[in-house]
Amino acid sequence: MMTAVPISWFLTLSAILFALGVAGFLFRRNIITVFMSIELMLNAVNLSFVTFSYHHKNVAGHLFTFFVMVVAAAEAAVGLAIILTVFRNRGTLNVDEIDSMKN
Amino acid sequence: MDSLLDSFIFISVVKAAVIFAILMTTLAYLQWVERKVIAHIQVRPGPYRVGPHGLLQPLADVVKLITKEDLVPPYVNKVFYLAAPFMAITFALLSISVIPFGPQIQIGPVSTYMQMTDLNIGVLFILAVSSMGVYGIALAGWASNNKYSLLGGLRSSAQMISYELPMSLAIAAPLLISNTLSLRHLVEAQHGSLLNWNLIGGGQIVSFIIFIIAAFAETNRVPFDLPEAENELVAGFHTEYSSMKFASFFMAEYANMITVSAMATLLFLGGWEAPWPAEYGSSLVPAAIFLVFGLILLYHGRQAVRRWDKITFPAFGAIFLVIAAIFLIPMVQGWLLPLFWFLAKTGAILFVFIWIRATLPRLRYDQLMGFTWKFLFPVAMLNLLVTAFVVAWTSK
Amino acid sequence: MDVILFLVFALIAVVCAINVVVQTHPVSSALSLVGVMGSLAVLYLLLGAEFIAAAQVIVYAGAIMVLFVFVIMLLNAGRESRKGRSYTVQLVGVPLLAAFFGLAAYAVQNMYGKETVTFGGFQGGGPKEIGEALFTTYLLPFEVTSILILIAIVGAVVLARKEID
Repeated sequence: MMTAVPISWFLTLSAILFALGVAGFLFRRNIITVFMSIELMLNAVNLSFVTFSYHHKNVAGHLFTFFVMVVAAAEAAVGLAIILTVFRNRGTLNVDEIDSMKN
Repeated sequence: MDSLLDSFIFISVVKAAVIFAILMTTLAYLQWVERKVIAHIQVRPGPYRVGPHGLLQPLADVVKLITKEDLVPPYVNKVFYLAAPFMAITFALLSISVIPFGPQIQIGPVSTYMQMTDLNIGVLFILAVSSMGVYGIALAGWASNNKYSLLGGLRSSAQMISYELPMSLAIAAPLLISNTLSLRHLVEAQHGSLLNWNLIGGGQIVSFIIFIIAAFAETNRVPFDLPEAENELVAGFHTEYSSMKFASFFMAEYANMITVSAMATLLFLGGWEAPWPAEYGSSLVPAAIFLVFGLILLYHGRQAVRRWDKITFPAFGAIFLVIAAIFLIPMVQGWLLPLFWFLAKTGAILFVFIWIRATLPRLRYDQLMGFTWKFLFPVAMLNLLVTAFVVAWTSK
Repeated sequence: MDVILFLVFALIAVVCAINVVVQTHPVSSALSLVGVMGSLAVLYLLLGAEFIAAAQVIVYAGAIMVLFVFVIMLLNAGRESRKGRSYTVQLVGVPLLAAFFGLAAYAVQNMYGKETVTFGGFQGGGPKEIGEALFTTYLLPFEVTSILILIAIVGAVVLARKEID
């Protein structure tokens, strides 16, 4: 049995999480769940940043992760405020029913 | 056998078991201390009948809570209803695992720290675990399917996350002085005497006060206990809980209280360091304190008014004299004295928690939120700025 | 030991991520996402990123997800109904996603096949190194993110307040 984890396993895990995030983003109808899938995608990207930082033995990857976290926090705050406003005006959280600009 | 005793897993399991057992007993007796102190402040005896001076009252409470009917109402969301107290107590107990109680200790062939694990990001770990503690309360409020619980849970969670900000800034200021995030190195940086402590030598009085105020809000204690008070909101987020689940919310609250008191001790009051160096006699102070209390109890035991006190007072006096004698044995002084100082300081801060509960009225929710966002957070930022300037100025 | 730790927490992360996508109730999805973030924090510790692991739990799991849970509870979001779903989309989409993931895994395996990760292999992820890099090399992005947070605060307050007629 191997004694250390190959680095490609971390990147594969990041790919799996990213693919699941894309699946949630495309297939779910509740707007909050769609938003959470975006956060899942951002987490997958964070994992690959940190993995590459280990590969190059440089701390810059950690800093990019930090900035991604800050941007995700700002985006979550504004995005949830938008969701609240949409809910107040439309009364629904289903993305299919928010289509007043269509046709 | 030697390698088994030395192995990391065995030592960690033993330490975890010891700390868990002591912590659970302390939680139960902390409630006894609280009831007695509040009672004496209000000039009444408090728990008195169950055992000598109510000392077996926590045992009676535990038996009562275990044997109460464990009701799961049919209209609640079962998964989250059952998970919420579990999450609350897990995260409350998790933060005790990085708190150091004393220096290195040698038991037989094994030499280990009096701490379950020394992370080099120990302060961040405690902040992280206290951030996660919000989930237990928010879920408890929501899963109960009850508008009062929901309001209480949301208010309590909003209060906890709002007060995390001044608390983090108040923690950052002494970290600038001690220059480390590991809790053990934080205490070792305050080695010496009273003047080396971060509170006095480092001048962190404002940080200490901000930290204590934020700690009151984090643990949902008076004057910030609107979300769980019994005469507001029908007892808030734990309205629908009974028996052991209710008990675990209260154990979580007391465990959080112990954690923040221990953090205040480690950050500001020098941890397990004695106030003045040992060559000036600080090793005799614990023995002297226990001796004085033992003699007082023996004296009162001779002319006790109440019937049982004729037996219990001299018994406790004798026990205290024996403990005073133990403090004079040089072999155990190495670890017993630092442990005494740590517990004395933490106990003093816990006493302040209980004292304020008996004294102050509670704040209304909008007053509480206005206080943190408009006053405490700017003051904490200003304090951090001033500390940073002073540290940069004096460290040429 | 590293392998066991990685496998356990990677499995927890994948199961929680599948749960995020599959569960109908938003609160279950939110708590599963917290589980993903927690297990990713452990994986960051394995990669030597101590500060990022703590920041992940404090910021992501302890603040952003609390915000999500608050909004779900305030909006009283209920279970998602299944009537509008289209099965053909899922029938075509899921194999395509699996193919995408398979291609990525194959490419990664070819590029980085030999190198391994051991706990303690990278010592430069502590708060000291992050602080040094953040305040010297990356000072401009740091200041820009503080302005970004200010914009986000103002935007959230403006968007979420009630109109006073």
